[in-house]
Amino acid sequence: MSRLPELLLVFVVLTNFWVLGTTRLSATIRAGAVQGALLGALPLALHPGWSLHAVGLAAGTFLVKAVLLPGFLTWAIREASVRREVEPLVGYTASLFLGAVAVAVSFAIAQRLPLPESPSELLVPVALATVMVGLLVLTTRRKAITQVVGYLILENGIYVFGLSQAQRVPFLVELGVLLDIFVGVFIMGIVVFHINREFDSLDSARLTELRD
Amino acid sequence: MGWLLIALVLLPAGAALAAYAHRSPPLRSVWLLAAAAGHLAGVGALWTRPALSSLGGWLATDGLGLIVLTLVSVLFFATALYAIGFLRTEKARGGRVFVSCLLGFLAAASLVALSHHMALVWVGMESVTLSLAPLVYHRHDRRSLEAVWKYLVLSSVGIALALFGTFFLAAAQTTGRPLVIEDLVAGAGSLQPALLRAAFVFLLVGYGTKMGLAPLHAWKPDTYGEAPGLVAGLMAGALTSCAFVALARITEVTMAAGLGSFIQPVLVAFGLVSLAVAAVFMLGQTDLKRLLAYSSVEHMGLLVLGLGFGGVGAYGSALHVVNNGVTKGLLFLTASNVALASDPSQPSSSRGLLRRLPISGVLLLLGLFAVTGSPPFGPFVSMFTIFRSAIDGGHPWIAGVMVALLAVVFVGMGVTVLPMLYDPAPAAEPRVREPALLVGGPIALAVALVVLGLYLPAPLQHLLAEAARALGGRSP
Repeated sequence: MSRLPELLLVFVVLTNFWVLGTTRLSATIRAGAVQGALLGALPLALHPGWSLHAVGLAAGTFLVKAVLLPGFLTWAIREASVRREVEPLVGYTASLFLGAVAVAVSFAIAQRLPLPESPSELLVPVALATVMVGLLVLTTRRKAITQVVGYLILENGIYVFGLSQAQRVPFLVELGVLLDIFVGVFIMGIVVFHINREFDSLDSARLTELRD
Repeated sequence: MGWLLIALVLLPAGAALAAYAHRSPPLRSVWLLAAAAGHLAGVGALWTRPALSSLGGWLATDGLGLIVLTLVSVLFFATALYAIGFLRTEKARGGRVFVSCLLGFLAAASLVALSHHMALVWVGMESVTLSLAPLVYHRHDRRSLEAVWKYLVLSSVGIALALFGTFFLAAAQTTGRPLVIEDLVAGAGSLQPALLRAAFVFLLVGYGTKMGLAPLHAWKPDTYGEAPGLVAGLMAGALTSCAFVALARITEVTMAAGLGSFIQPVLVAFGLVSLAVAAVFMLGQTDLKRLLAYSSVEHMGLLVLGLGFGGVGAYGSALHVVNNGVTKGLLFLTASNVALASDPSQPSSSRGLLRRLPISGVLLLLGLFAVTGSPPFGPFVSMFTIFRSAIDGGHPWIAGVMVALLAVVFVGMGVTVLPMLYDPAPAAEPRVREPALLVGGPIALAVALVVLGLYLPAPLQHLLAEAARALGGRSP
C-alpha cells in the first residue's frame, strides 16, 4: 500500500471528510480544490509512462478542478459576502458518520464488482465513496454554493471511476467531458450569484415559489 | 460525403459564435435563419443518400438518428422563425445570448442524433442541457431563477449518473472499438452481464431525468412553466427526443446482449408511473405551460412503454418521437402567443381565445386534440401502435390501465384548455393582431401533424422499420 496512487486516493477520501465536517464556505471550496489537484496528479501516478494522453488529462483536470472553478466560486462568495453554511438538514457529526458508512459500503460493493484492467484496487471503492459523499452534500446542505461543491465532488467520484477505464475513452472525448463540467459549474455559479442578488441569501431552501 | 455529418454540427456552432459577435439584431436574425435553413438543407441531403459514417464511426446516420435529426431540424426552423418575431416584442437586451444559445442548442442536438459513440452522446447531451439553461432565465425574475436552479441541479445530477453508466458500459466491453454502438451490438454476446446491467440502470436514470420520466420529472413543470414558450417547445420537442435517442442506444445494446427480460419490465414500470403521475397532476392544473409539461411527462412515458413492450411497440415509439415533438412544438409556440397577448397579473385575461386570437385559438384547439391522441392527427397512429404492442405482448391489463389513464389525461387537458378557448373574456378585450412570423411556424407544424396522421411517406416508413429492427422490434 505504499504506492503513490493509493496514497493519493486515501487523500481523496480525507478531502471528502473535510468537506463534510467544515462550516466555512471558503474551506469547503478549498477542500474541493485540493481534491481537484489530487485528481490531476492521479493519471500521472497511475500511468507512469507519462503518455500524452495522461499528461493532457492531468493538466486539463488540474486547470479546471483545482484552479479555475475554485477561483470562480471563491470570487462568487466574496461578491456575495457569505461565510458560513447555515444549519444543514443533516448535522455535521451525522454527516461525518454517514461519510464513514459510505466508505464501508463502497468497499463492500467494490468487492462484488470485479472490473477488468483496473490499475489500482482502491480506485473503485474510493470512486463510489466520493460519489455518495457528493450526493450527500448536494442533498443535505442548504447554501446553493455548497451544493455546487457537492456536484463537483460527485463529478470527481465519477472521474476517479473513469480512470479505471481511461485507456478506453479517447482523449478528445475526455476533454469534451471536462469542458462540459466547466461550463456547467460556471453557469451554476452565475445563477448562484443572481440568487444572492434577488433573495439576499444563498439559501436555496428559499426557492419555494414554484410548486403544485 | 462523411464531411456532411461534421458540417451539420459545426455549421450551427460557428453561426452561434458569429451571431454573438454581431451587435445589430437584424444581422443576428440573418445568422439564425441562415443556419436553420442550411441545417435543414443538409439534413434533406442525408435522406437521399445511403447511411454515411465519419470520424472512424463516431458519427453516423441510422434509422432512429436520422428521424430525430430531421425532427430537430424542422422544429428548429419553425422555432427560429418564431424567435425572430418573438425578439421583436422584447427589449433588445437579451437578443445576443438568446440567438447564440439557440444555435448552440442546434449544434449539440445534432451531435446527439448523429453520435454512435456513447461517450460522445454524453458530451452532446450535457451540451444540449447547458445551452438552454440561460434561456430559462430569460425573464430575469425570481420565479425563473428558481426554475433555472432546479433545472441545472437536477439535470446535472442526472447527467452525471449517465456518465457513470457510460463508464460501466466501457468496463463491460471486452472486444471492438470502445463505446462505439456498432461494435457494442456486434460484440453484445461478450459483454459482461453484471456490468452491463449496472450500466443500463445508471443510463436509464440519467437520460430518464433528461426525458423527464416520473419520478425523475421534478424539474419539468417549473422549467417549462417559466421558460419562454419557444424555449419550452424546443425542450419538450427536441431535447427530450435527444434524450430518448440516448436511452434507445443503450436499449439497442442490452437487447442485443439478450437482457430483454431484465430491461423490459423496468421500462414498462417507468412508463406506467409517468402516465399515472402526469394524469394525477393534470387534473386541476390551471397554468397552460405547466399542463403541457405534465403532458410531456405522459408522452415520455408512452415512448418507454413502446420500448418496453417491444415488437411493433419499438416502431410505434420511433414514430411517436416525431409526432410528440411536432405536437409539443405546435402547442408551446401557440401557448407563447397566448402569453404574449395576456396580462400575467390577471389569469382571466387568457380567456375567450377563439375570439381574441382566432388563429392561435384554432391552433391550440387542434393541438389539444392531437396531443390527446384523437384522429386524424399523427399521435393517434403512433399511440395506437404502442397500445397494440401491449395487446400483442400479452399484457391486456396494462393496456387497460393505459387507456384509463389516457382518458383521465383527456379530461384534465380539456377542463383546463377548453374554457380558455370558449369562455368570454371578462372585459370586452379587443382582437389581438397576430403577426405572420408568430403563426407561420405553428401552422406548418399543424399541417405536418395532419399529414403524418393520414399517410407515412415510404422513405419514413423505411427508416422507422430500420429503427424498430435495431431496437429488437418489427414493423406492423
